[in-house]
Formats: sequence, C-alpha cells, structure tokens
Amino acid sequence: MAEKPIEPIHQFQIHDLFPLGNVGGVHFAFTNSALMMVLTVLAVSALLLLPTGQRRLVPTRMQLISEQLFTFVSDMVESTAGHDAMKFFPLVFTLFTFILISNMLGMLPYSFTVVSHLIITVCLAVLVFLTVVIYGFARNGLKFFKLFVPSGIPWFIIWLVVPIEVISFLSRPVSHSLRLWGNMLAGHIVLKVFGGMVVGLASVGALGAIAAVLPLGMAVALTGLEFLVGALQAFVFAVLTCVYLHDAIHPGH
Amino acid sequence: MEPAAAKLIGAGIACIGMGGAGVGVGVIFGNYLSGALRNPAAAASQFSNLIFGFAVTEALGIFSLVIAFLLLYAV
Repeated sequence: MAEKPIEPIHQFQIHDLFPLGNVGGVHFAFTNSALMMVLTVLAVSALLLLPTGQRRLVPTRMQLISEQLFTFVSDMVESTAGHDAMKFFPLVFTLFTFILISNMLGMLPYSFTVVSHLIITVCLAVLVFLTVVIYGFARNGLKFFKLFVPSGIPWFIIWLVVPIEVISFLSRPVSHSLRLWGNMLAGHIVLKVFGGMVVGLASVGALGAIAAVLPLGMAVALTGLEFLVGALQAFVFAVLTCVYLHDAIHPGH
Repeated sequence: MEPAAAKLIGAGIACIGMGGAGVGVGVIFGNYLSGALRNPAAAASQFSNLIFGFAVTEALGIFSLVIAFLLLYAV
C-alpha cells in the first residue's frame, strides 16, 4: 500500500509564490493561479502577435494557426449572434482563447488549471451576464423585457411562462460558470484517481504491477479525452456567450 | 449511522442524477446523427445548435456532480 493517501484534489491547491502584503485585513499574494493566468496571456499574445508581425501573402504555419483561430471565432459570432454582435467579437475571442489556452497549459504535468476554481469561472460568467443585461437595456430600453414573454403564447399560459423565463434567465450565470468549472474539475480528479490506482496497484507486488497496466491505459485514454473536453468547453463557453448576446440584441423571440 | 458514512452515501446517491443528463445527451446526439444522415447537407449548419443543446443538458448533470463534491469535500 502507498505510505500516504493519494489525494485527487491536492492538485487544485492555491499557494503563494511571493506575498504582496495585507491591505485592510485581506491577504494579497502572487499565487500559482495568477502565474498560470499570466503565462496564458503571454502564450495567447505570442501566438497571435509573433506570427502576424510581418504579414506574408503565403502564410507560415503559425500565422495559419492564428488566422484559423480568428476566422473560426468570427464565423461563430456571425452565425450564432448575428452581424450586429460583431462589436462583441473581441470579448468572445478573448474569452475563447483565454479558456482554451489555459486548459491546454493546465494539462501539462505539475501545472495548474486556472478554470478549475469556481471563483474564476463565476467572474467570467458574471462579466458576460452583466454585459448582456446592461447592453440589452441600453440598446432596447424597456423592450428588453420582451425577452421574458415569448410571442404566440395564449394569454392563460403567460402568467405561468413568464416566471419560468425569468428564473431561467437568472440561472444563466450559475449554469454558465458551473459547467466550465465542473467539467475541468471532474476531468482532472478522474485523471488523478486513475493515476493513484496505478501507484496503489504497483506497490502491492509483481502481480499488482502487471495489473497496473489497465488503469495506466485508462489514464492515457482519459488524458486524450481531457484535451478534447478542454477545447470543447472553451467552445461551449464562447457559443453560450454568443447566444446570450443574441438575446440582448434581439430580445423578441 | 455515522455522519461520515451518511455523507459518502449521499454523495453516491447525488451522482444518480448524472444518469438523467446522460440520457439527455444521448438523445441529442442520436437525433442529430439520424437527422444528419437523412439530410447531410444541412448537418454542418446545425452543429452549433447541437453543441448548445448538449451544453444546456450537460449542465444539469454537472449540478448533481457539484452536490456530490460539496458533500464529499465541503460539508
């Protein structure tokens, strides 16, 4: 048996790299989470700025990647949220690349997955929610409330539908943030659980070491799946942002 | 019953809720596939709708997983 119990949630611990001091009783420090966020921003900037510095007619491979990323997100905003939403393209593109690259960096061994902490995803989701509400009211005025009254509903159903629509609108930031957080957290916990099985079986003896091949294979397969989930959840977050922005621009159903 | 045991049992029961999300996600992808095989030309245009439906359905499963995590690590 292993000497110390293997904790699958140990990987999510935040620790200070260097403290910045206390302001009003609140402890400030540059943590490993902040370091990964800075690295993510640097990686995104390097990916987008370096290859496009001198714009070649025949693109290099890296320029092709950044151009593909750009057109992919711009097509998604155009088709999901409509042409009027293109002014929000920088927001959607920033969210998509930040989540995508931080998930990819988080898959490296001994690194840290930024969005496996609820506070980060809640911040991102509330940012989107407030953008939708404020822009919706600024653009449509009180007509924004039409979002809660679907057209073509008989009058005796309306009083039942409107509260449901209001609750579903208010629960959007909750599900928007929990989805990203839950997926990344659960995936990484499962990886560590299978890794712990390998260690536990291999420490039993020769027979256990042979049997440990099974969880090792599962861990390898799940690592591949986790790359897919990381990219898919970044895409899902961006698509939902576009859908919510569509509601802010065209509140009538 | 010991409180620790009740916590673990509760977390296990909470995970049953993910089965419902599994059924929902299966229905979505199955219907997309059957629709795409009938009319392959229209399949690509509905891909973002597919992902949207998948995400909304999957969120409900994640909710029950969150309850399980809360019971295991936070209570």
